[in-house]
Amino acid sequence: MLNIFQSLDISHYIYLSCVLFCIGLFGVLFRRNAIVLLMCIELMLNAVNLLFAAFSEYMGDKDANGQMFVFFIMVVAAAEAAVGLAILVMVYRNTRKTDVSFLDSLKD
Amino acid sequence: MHITNLPLPFLILSFITILCALYVVTSKNPVHSVLALILTFFSISAHYILLNAQFLAIVNLMVYAGAIMVLFLFVLMLLNLSKDTEPVKSNLWGVAAAISAGLLLVVITASLQKSGIAVMKGNSPEIGLVKNLGRVLMTEYLVPFELSGILFIAAMVGAVLLGKRDSEKQDLLQQNDVQENA
Repeated sequence: MLNIFQSLDISHYIYLSCVLFCIGLFGVLFRRNAIVLLMCIELMLNAVNLLFAAFSEYMGDKDANGQMFVFFIMVVAAAEAAVGLAILVMVYRNTRKTDVSFLDSLKD
Repeated sequence: MHITNLPLPFLILSFITILCALYVVTSKNPVHSVLALILTFFSISAHYILLNAQFLAIVNLMVYAGAIMVLFLFVLMLLNLSKDTEPVKSNLWGVAAAISAGLLLVVITASLQKSGIAVMKGNSPEIGLVKNLGRVLMTEYLVPFELSGILFIAAMVGAVLLGKRDSEKQDLLQQNDVQENA
């Protein structure tokens, strides 16, 4: 493998993950299309995954715990995407829209 | 540490990752968002390879770029949302969202300032291979592994139940559509 870690430390990966997470958060706050919302949540989950892999590398010798956690996050992300998209299809069937700002009937 | 001291592969990959992630968020067309997100996943996989997590990189490509994104594309095509259906909204929302996300970024990075710089020790390349990961998964993480199987079954049952066509209601909706069109 490339030996690039002579000049690279964990904080660079932390900053990269923070930026990715905040971009995903911005998308969740900004977009109203429910599919894009789900995609932004996937982006945030991936930022966390990257951080787990970086910390697994940071911990050094024979420590695969960080990489194992990435697998479980992937499991949760896949389940979340399946259920979320099923809900989305049902919402579309009933309202003909995927705009989340119309789904406010619980507010009144 | 100055930014030009960073290794070139890391810089290029980070640049691509952040650029594609920004395009996911800002693009008007949902199909473009999906494609940009796939590119983001590819560059994150490249990061995994740099981090000695080779099997993770392949799984990331297969699960995220291969399965989940295809699911998203299917739903997009099924619902015929490839054209822009999002209503135009005021810039106030964008400004508020950008300020909130930027504040979170500032808070996190500020809290990291005092943590000091720690150089990574580095793993041996064998740690991310499927042999080692499978051994750890089947010994230390056996219970979470089985639990994730239960989670998958629950998610599958839930998705099927939610997606199942409620026939009477559907007929009613179709009648309404026909009446509206007529």
